[in-house]
Amino acid sequence: MGVYIKGMGNISPQNSWGDAPLLANPIGYAGDRLKCIEPDYSQFVDVKQLRRMSRIIKMGVAAGSLALQEAGLKAPNGIITGTSYGCLEDTGIFLSKMIESNENALNPTPFIQSTHNTIGSQIALLLQCQGYNQTYTQRAFSFEHALIDALLDLKDNPDQFILAGGMDEITNYSHALQKRFGIFRRNSSSSLDLFKGHDRGTLNGEGAAYFVLSGIKGEDNTICLDSAETFFKPAKTTFQNKILSFLESAGLRADEIDMVMIGKSGDKTLDIESDKISSSLFSSSSVGVFKHLCGEYPTASAFALWLSISIMRDKKIPDVVVQKDCRRPLNNVLIYNSYFANYHSLILLRTC
Amino acid sequence: MKGRVHVAGTGIISAIGNSVPDSLISFKNHTSGIGKVTLFNSIYENDLPVGEVRLSNAELIDKLSYHSTVSRTALLGIYAAREAVKSSSIDLGKWRTGLISATTVGGMDRTEGFFASFLKDPSKGKLRDVVHHECGSSTELIADDLGINGFVSTINTACSSSVNAIALGARLIIHNHLDVVVAGGTDALSKFTLNGFNSLMILDRQPCRPFDASRNGLNLGEGAGFVVLISDRVKVSVGLNTQCHVSGFANTNDAFHQTASSPEGRGSFAAMQKALAMSELPADMIAYINLHGTGTLNNDLSEGTAVKRLYGDHYPRVSSTKAFTGHTLGASGGIEAVFSILAIQHQCVFPNLRFENPIPEIGITPQRNFESGLDVNHVMSNSFGFGGNCSSIIFSKS
Repeated sequence: MGVYIKGMGNISPQNSWGDAPLLANPIGYAGDRLKCIEPDYSQFVDVKQLRRMSRIIKMGVAAGSLALQEAGLKAPNGIITGTSYGCLEDTGIFLSKMIESNENALNPTPFIQSTHNTIGSQIALLLQCQGYNQTYTQRAFSFEHALIDALLDLKDNPDQFILAGGMDEITNYSHALQKRFGIFRRNSSSSLDLFKGHDRGTLNGEGAAYFVLSGIKGEDNTICLDSAETFFKPAKTTFQNKILSFLESAGLRADEIDMVMIGKSGDKTLDIESDKISSSLFSSSSVGVFKHLCGEYPTASAFALWLSISIMRDKKIPDVVVQKDCRRPLNNVLIYNSYFANYHSLILLRTC
Repeated sequence: MKGRVHVAGTGIISAIGNSVPDSLISFKNHTSGIGKVTLFNSIYENDLPVGEVRLSNAELIDKLSYHSTVSRTALLGIYAAREAVKSSSIDLGKWRTGLISATTVGGMDRTEGFFASFLKDPSKGKLRDVVHHECGSSTELIADDLGINGFVSTINTACSSSVNAIALGARLIIHNHLDVVVAGGTDALSKFTLNGFNSLMILDRQPCRPFDASRNGLNLGEGAGFVVLISDRVKVSVGLNTQCHVSGFANTNDAFHQTASSPEGRGSFAAMQKALAMSELPADMIAYINLHGTGTLNNDLSEGTAVKRLYGDHYPRVSSTKAFTGHTLGASGGIEAVFSILAIQHQCVFPNLRFENPIPEIGITPQRNFESGLDVNHVMSNSFGFGGNCSSIIFSKS
């Protein structure tokens, strides 16, 4: 059983909100860091409240509001958030003040807002949503676990509207720190060229996307989230079979997947596995890529879900996404994301 | 609830003991674990009492035969999770096994040290001290230690986190996604949280007095608590004689204020009420409520008001065990779930230490002494957190 996608909102390094046609003007970023294009938040939140909110909270609130707007909903029945890093900006502020001031005279606000559940709870507070409220923080499974939770919840009680999303931010501290692990590409002139050439390293990304999911079918609801699954450190030898049994649970064979959206990172060594899977299991499917548009971050699969749904709605894969276009009708779409070797996940979308 | 979710094992480490049996002894002897900060240097180390686990990192590493580069949060989690698995006698590798852990600070205890060097020079600080910062990292280390590579997840809904971890585990078993789930939470004491709660002015400079009229804040604690949940099928197949099962749970949001609870306790009331509805138990069947009971003016008044709204003057035996352990934040729901199960296993209830006078507005008198030989068939445990997150869970005698 799947659930219907009622609405979505996505704050990302692309023009993913507002009236812009899907990726009409893809934006490339020079350097190793992509940055979200942020809306005027005062359309979503009172200016006084805005002043206290950190950037990730604002992005989350905006993405949630956009999703609810599209679903024609004032408030959902439950809010489920996935975020690996949580509220990094406030964590960094409190930590540095604590060290610099030797524990004296600290402002509590950044501490209060440093916990991962601040994003979901701020939305609950703004919307007066007293229902289910959950936050997952399992690195690159954070968003998928939010979806799995929503699927379980809607299986028990289909007549609900669940706001489920994934988000992570880059801060100057986090970027400087991550850089030292040597995971980002040097001398990149445009993020859009992530898959061109034979390079090592990826690009740092960020974003916030929320989706309204429900078991209630509306007249214009044509796309369903069917299922999602995560695989922690799967053995290479058995992973392809795990993908096949995931599809089998949905009553599908691999050749029935019309498009596979793969989470390649641009790092040639890391991408070998994804390429192998797309060419062997999905040789007759169209193949799309997305991390040159949003960068690499633990909840990038939320961007991929937004992109895949947008493509299914448009019935056309934008050129900038295409790795291979078999021009098949887009009824069954699989997102296969991988994140630094250990984290693999599948999200299945179907027309309904 | 379709099919039962049984408790096959429990594991715990906190200021009152490094195992489930040790914790019971502390309860019987009314031995509090609250004392001075010894784990790190802080300008508050003599002023703000805390509930530290009585093992240093070096001792934990030694007892676990583990390597030294991980956070205290992970070490505590591994310690308690191992006890839970061992006591369950379940062979995790035979089943579809998941691990769901909760934490709020993750690897912060090591990040703090890293950050001091990093702030002076962004090229300084040892990367191995920050590589396990993310909350999910401590869970992965526990998963690796237990050999779990199925569903591995971390929840952070502040201080209600581990109840939500146990509830998710139960749901995944009910929906037949998993057969066995190790669920709970772990949090180490850190300078970050000590200063955070201090900046909010809700830390008591004395050992805390939950639900007392004179209460003046909470004491932070640390530790980990895990349960092993199994399906009917596993129980039958292994032929395990379990004593206890999960009968209800609920997660709500107070949606009142980022850190303060609503005066009427609407989130906590709804969590208790919904958990009861799921268990199909009348409220008066609950023999004991393990309160969230942090000892802050706001929480205890709000939670007490919710209990009074639910029960009137005929409330069950209630106590907050935080006067023993301190508030262990993301681990508290796991630790207190283990206590709730212990109450059923030993047909006993735990004292609410340092209680003298009821809060005048609500007039609730909690359990004063350790008492056994009672009929404790159903126990409810409350965990509430920042952001209005409220969760309740009910364990029942099988």
